[in-house]
Amino acid sequence: MTRVVVDVMLKTEISDPQGQAVLSALTKLGHQGVQAVRQGKRFELEVTDPVDEAAIRQIADTLLANPVIEDFSVHVQT
Amino acid sequence: MTASAQDVAGDLADVRIGVVTFPGSLDDGDAARAVRLAGGSPVALWHGTHDLEAVDAVILPGGFSYGDYLRAGAIASFSPIMREIIDAARRGLPVLGICNGFQVLCEAGLLPGALTRNAHLHFRNRDQCLRIEARTAWTGDFEPGAEIVVPVKNGEGRYVAGAEVLAAVEAEGRVLARYVGANPNGSSRDIAGVTDSTGRIVGLMPHPEHAVEALTGPSTDGLGFFTSILASILGARAVSTG
Repeated sequence: MTRVVVDVMLKTEISDPQGQAVLSALTKLGHQGVQAVRQGKRFELEVTDPVDEAAIRQIADTLLANPVIEDFSVHVQT
Repeated sequence: MTASAQDVAGDLADVRIGVVTFPGSLDDGDAARAVRLAGGSPVALWHGTHDLEAVDAVILPGGFSYGDYLRAGAIASFSPIMREIIDAARRGLPVLGICNGFQVLCEAGLLPGALTRNAHLHFRNRDQCLRIEARTAWTGDFEPGAEIVVPVKNGEGRYVAGAEVLAAVEAEGRVLARYVGANPNGSSRDIAGVTDSTGRIVGLMPHPEHAVEALTGPSTDGLGFFTSILASILGARAVSTG
């Protein structure tokens, strides 16, 4: 088995009010060094070997992410 | 009732409007009631089957299908009944998605754009003024530019799309309705609903099915969506039978 991580983030042109709320909280806590926050999702898939990365990308593109508003990246952990 | 009025009522009652229930749907009962008040026959459809029961049109109701897990509407868009609805919609079956139903239609790729977390992060529940802009199978009974008041209630109702998609939706007259006055969720260009290019597949974030009776709604303006689709289907039947 191999762990495959899929990270999903809102596209940069889509505003992320949740990330902005986190930034606002950090600012109130005194963390002035943080200038921007964007919030995303992380999926950890346990996949039988050998990993078919094309199939994982299809899973991400059809279900894990909505390509209208989100980008994703696939990381096979070794 | 005169003989002709009875005929009209009989014809209306022959129109079968399916209302889908997903696990987590909330407004399927009110949608079915709105169909009945408009004179049509609501038909309950179940998410886990492939049976459209020969309906003439379908309503995807509001609620939190599959708990809104992953993204609102995402998992519902892959349910067995949605496979049939997507196929049938592409062949011309009229479909109205309300609130969560609109989210399902966007996730299914039948409508452009997506619905995201409200800009202010709060759930917003209030009576809302809308301007109806597009003439569709579901809005034919409204005068173009008509302003109506229906409830809006959502946490993830902010309509977004890429700049090119938004420009195309505007240029092609596919903005179904726009928020008038305050925008309740930060939707791009105050968009409350959109239609596909045929005017048969329509999504709307506010809830016309909650504004069909004076006793319970802020108006009866919502009824127009349900009378419109019945008239549209009867009109198409009259043409096809000649």
